[in-house]
Order: sequence, then structure tokens, then C-alpha cells
Amino acid sequence: MSERVLMEGSSAMAEAAVRAGCRFYAGYPITPSTEILEYMSTRLPAVGGTCMNAESEIEAIGMVWGAAGCGVRAMTASTGQGISLMQESFAELANAEIPVVAVNMGRGQGDYFQATRGGGHGDYRFIVLSPASAQEAVDLAHRAFHLADKWRNPVMIMGDFLLSHTAEIVDLAPPPLPSLPAKAWAITGAAGRRGINLSPIMAPEKLSSDHGAHLGRALAKHAAIKAEETRAETAWLDDAELVVVAFGFPGRFARYAVRLARERGMRVGFVRPITLWPFPSAVVADAAAGARAMAVFELNAGQMIEDVELAVRGRVPVHAIGGVSHDHSGFGVGPLLDVEHLLRRITDVYARSAA
Amino acid sequence: MQATVTIDHELCKGCLLCIPVCPPRVLVMSETVNRKGYRYPLLQDGCTGCELCAKVCPDFCFEVYREAKHGAATS
Amino acid sequence: MSGPLEKVFAPSDLLLRSEHSLCPGCGEPVALRTILELVSELDVRERTICVAGIGCYTAFPPIMDVDVMQALHGRAPSVATGVKRVRPDAVVFTMQGDGDMASEGLQEVLHAAARGENFTAIVFNNAVFGETGGHMTATTVLGQHTKTTVGGRDRERHGSPIKIAELIAQLDGAAYVARAAVHSAAAIHLAKQYLRDAFRAQLDGKGFSLVEILTMCPTDWFVRPEEGPAFLESRLVPIYPLGIVKAV
Repeated sequence: MSERVLMEGSSAMAEAAVRAGCRFYAGYPITPSTEILEYMSTRLPAVGGTCMNAESEIEAIGMVWGAAGCGVRAMTASTGQGISLMQESFAELANAEIPVVAVNMGRGQGDYFQATRGGGHGDYRFIVLSPASAQEAVDLAHRAFHLADKWRNPVMIMGDFLLSHTAEIVDLAPPPLPSLPAKAWAITGAAGRRGINLSPIMAPEKLSSDHGAHLGRALAKHAAIKAEETRAETAWLDDAELVVVAFGFPGRFARYAVRLARERGMRVGFVRPITLWPFPSAVVADAAAGARAMAVFELNAGQMIEDVELAVRGRVPVHAIGGVSHDHSGFGVGPLLDVEHLLRRITDVYARSAA
Repeated sequence: MQATVTIDHELCKGCLLCIPVCPPRVLVMSETVNRKGYRYPLLQDGCTGCELCAKVCPDFCFEVYREAKHGAATS
Repeated sequence: MSGPLEKVFAPSDLLLRSEHSLCPGCGEPVALRTILELVSELDVRERTICVAGIGCYTAFPPIMDVDVMQALHGRAPSVATGVKRVRPDAVVFTMQGDGDMASEGLQEVLHAAARGENFTAIVFNNAVFGETGGHMTATTVLGQHTKTTVGGRDRERHGSPIKIAELIAQLDGAAYVARAAVHSAAAIHLAKQYLRDAFRAQLDGKGFSLVEILTMCPTDWFVRPEEGPAFLESRLVPIYPLGIVKAV
């Protein structure tokens, strides 16, 4: 049943989360994620949920930990600095196999490493989803909770200032998703059974001494996640001699610039990773196989380009056509995020790559 | 009053907290050591079943028995 | 004329195993047993959720027959907040040490108390970081020797200790705050009473409750196990007096 409304990206994402069953939110005001906290402050109590304005980001993720550990779909949002503060909890949530959804509304695109490598300790991974529109943010919000529960692994939604503050038409109807089994691992009070642990550092069973198996399970799922959950948008790859790779809202600018380039006769293709982890390495490698060069557009000093280089394995040159770009406010709406500028960079790399 | 305690010797870590807490002083440490290498308390005659040893023991070594009468257990 | 003997005391049946790895003369197992006895007595085992911090007592969750959510060092109060908010009918208590609560996690417990979160925070205060081998915490007392206050905590160099119970009691959201100890049978009895009061405050929905339990740590007090109770009595109790600090 379609339900089309005009909403800002943050509000759309928050509404989608509530419709996905999120009933607990804890966050700390920090631009450009604050609107999600504001939205949840009124929306969640109206559906019997809880929204906490925590006194710090570390306490916010702690509260989310507690709620999610009880089997409730729980969420937080912040931006780079606040996500930095949450890293210890992120790493250990993954070890404890507790599903949480964390939105990183980035300032620019400089948090790619933070999201995909993780700033915490150990071998953990977050599943990272990157929407390029408010509609995709709605879709990925539903998927985020689904994937978190399916894999018992935290999921991060990588957003940015444009996503949070751009109003677009969205259809709030949820995507069809398969049902999931009940959460037998959740802490509910030991009614009719022995007590259980939910812990990053010890097995769930009481009296167990096999903590190695417990951690092994938390890590063994990565290969399966890579095999099943990788997503990317691709366009115009069949004849592409140059492939532009970009993520997030700026990816829409890049795609538009690629379309303009094609209208001028340049054989340019486009790849937009939707899962930043697992990164669509096979898609990028296939795109590179038929091309002369790759051009990576990102608003940072060069982060996703490393994943592109890893996927391409030196087969073709990989050029950076983005860069650090802020306006006077410090957010990622600077001079490099401009279609004409992008088109010039694409044209330049295309010409230099021609045999 | 008839009473006694059972003592799990192998749990004991020889902390000695039970010895002075026993009002009739009927706990004495053994000469031999358990598998962990600790001496452990032995019960002599005269236990009143007051439960003080059991309450202070950090290693849960004691169970206390008293003659069944009208009164209930004190814990 | 003697009758049959009946068992009048055994360690709590919520202890899945009596054997544990804590030191000779440690007060924490005594505190744990007292808490579990109370859970049984109040008949709330099936809705009890313990949120554990990180310290020597982290060895306890595998032997406690209640649901336990393990949190990070200092972070149990925020985790317990999330738990209690989504499961208001659960009986929620944190199990933390002084290093966990008053050093790493002071902000967390203050905010939870200020908000009046309806769970019971329990802190085993032995005035030292036990698990790491004997280092100063926010509650180490002046003159107390540790590996980071060699020769004794000195006000000039190391500052002064924090009195957790009195600090928390100042916050409006705190409904019940008490300080107990486990260095004698009488103290243990009183500890159980204060814990009972605290759980009652939670069950009555009165707000945040905290019981600070002074526990012996002979290993990191650098005394013999049998000297633990005397050390606690003579060195800690004068700084951290026992009793009910606040009861709304």
C-alpha cells in the first residue's frame, strides 16, 4: 500500500525505523543527526516506545545496548565525533552478537574508514549501508533492522548532511522482507529456564568454559554476510572505458555528471556501492575488467578509493576525482560537490585514459 | 542444642575467617592440605549451629544442620 | 533427647557452582551470595536481570542462575537504563566495583541516579582495582598503599577519595542509598537488610537505589586474608561509614 509524503531524509529514516518495529532510541544532539532524536522524541512515545536524550554518546549507545539485549529493536544516531565516542561499545556489541542500528550522519564523507574499518578494537565488522536518497534511506532503514536481527550483528547506516536535510517525496510503504525467528538469545528474565548470559567476553551458557567458541561464532559469519548481502547500483557498464565510483548522496551528483558525459559521447560507466561493508569488490572488479581507468569521487582525502584499488588489483589506474570539500559551516557542501566541476574532472580523466 | 556443619575441604582456600567467628571455637585448621594446597577447618564437638562460619565463608564451604524444633532457621 | 537434624543453611541455590577463582578472604563472593539469597527470598528470580560491570566479580555471571547482561567497564548504569526502560517489570540490578563505578563510570551512575532510573545499583567497594592487580581507584583512601600510590595515597599527588553513597544521595532521583559491609556476620546481616530495602524501593517504583558494599580485598590491600576484616574496619569504615544515607 503506497504512502507518499514529502519528508526530510532524517525524518523519513526515523519514521521508517519506527515502522520497522524500532521501539527504543537513545541519542545525543549533534549536527546533522539531531533531527532523528527530535523526531523520535515525539514519535516513539506515541507508539509505546522510549526515546532517551542521553547525557553523552557513550551513555546513548549503552542504553541502546541494554534495550537491544532484551530483544527490542533499538537505534542510535550521531555524526563522526559521536560515533568515535561509541567505538568501544560498537566493538563489544559485535562480539556479544547484539543487533543494533547506528546511523552515522556524516559531515562530508570523511567517516568512510570509521564506518567500514571500525574505530573499535578487534576483528569485528559492522554491516554498513549507504543511501543516496530519502527513499533509499527508508528502504535501507527497514533492511538495517532486518539484517541486524538476521545476522545478530550491528548495522550502520552511513548518511550525510544532504540526506538529513533534503526534503524529498518518499513512499513509506515497507519493502517486503522475510520473517525472522524469535530471539532465543535475548535477556528476558530466567522464567522456566536456567539463567543465560549475554556477553562479549563469555559464552551464553552458564558454567561454560569454552569462550573461544563464543567469539569464533561472532566472527565466522563475516564470509556469509559478504556472500549474501553485498549490494551496489550500476549503470552504463557494458561499454564503459572509464568507470566512476561514488557513494551516498554525492553519488547522485556523480551519476548525473556521468549521464551528462555520456550525452557528450564519452563511454563512462557508474558504480555506487550500497553496502560499504561488505564492499562490492566483485562488481567493481568486473567493471574494471572492461575499462581503461577508474575514477573515484568522494568528499574526503581518499578513503573508499582504497577499497576500489583493492578490488581492481592494479589492473587499471584508479584516479581520485573528489577531495576534502566543506563550506564555511564545516559540512560537506563545498565547491567540489558540483556537477559541472565533476563533469570537468571526468572529462579530464577520460581524455588522459584514452589509448 | 544438637547441631553440626559439613565442610567441603576442597573448596577451602585457607582464609581463616571462620576460625575466630565461631563463638564456641570449635573450628580448628587441619595439619594436612587439600588439593589446592590449603589447610582447611575441622569441626570439633560443641557446634551450636549458629551459622556464623557459613555466613562469613567466601568459598561456600559450610552447610549447617540443627535439631528440628519449633523454631525456624535464622537466615 | 535429640531429634533429627535439618539443614538450616546452605549456600544459595542460585549459585550454580560453589567453586570460584576469587582470592582467599575476598569479600565479593559473600556479597554475591547475599544478593542471590535475597533474590530467592523475594521470589523474583524469573524476572531478575543483572547487569554486570568489569572487575574480579566478572567471574560470577557463569555461576549465577539469573539472566545476566555483561556490560563494559563503567557502563552498567546506561545498559541497565536501557533494560529497565524496555522491561519495567524486571528486577534490574547492576553489579559493579568501585573502579568500575567511581572511576571509569562515575558519569554514568550520576546520570542514572539523577534521572531516577528505577533500578538498583550495587557496588562492591574494596577501594582498589582488584582485577588488574592493585591500583588506585577514585575510592582508594588516603594513606592506602597500592601499586600506583606507593607508600600510601597522598592528597597532594593523588587527590582525595570519592564517597559514592553520599555523592549519589544528593541527587533528587535517588530514592534509597545505603552503605554496608561484609566483614562480619553482623555486617552481612545488615547488608542484606539494606539490599532488601533497595529492592523494595525498586519494586515500589520509587526511583534509583544504590547499595555500596565494602568488601575485603586482602590481596590488593597487601595483608593476609585473615587480616581483611580488621583492615576494612579500621581503614575503610572511618572514611565510608555504614548505614542508610538516604531513604525517601
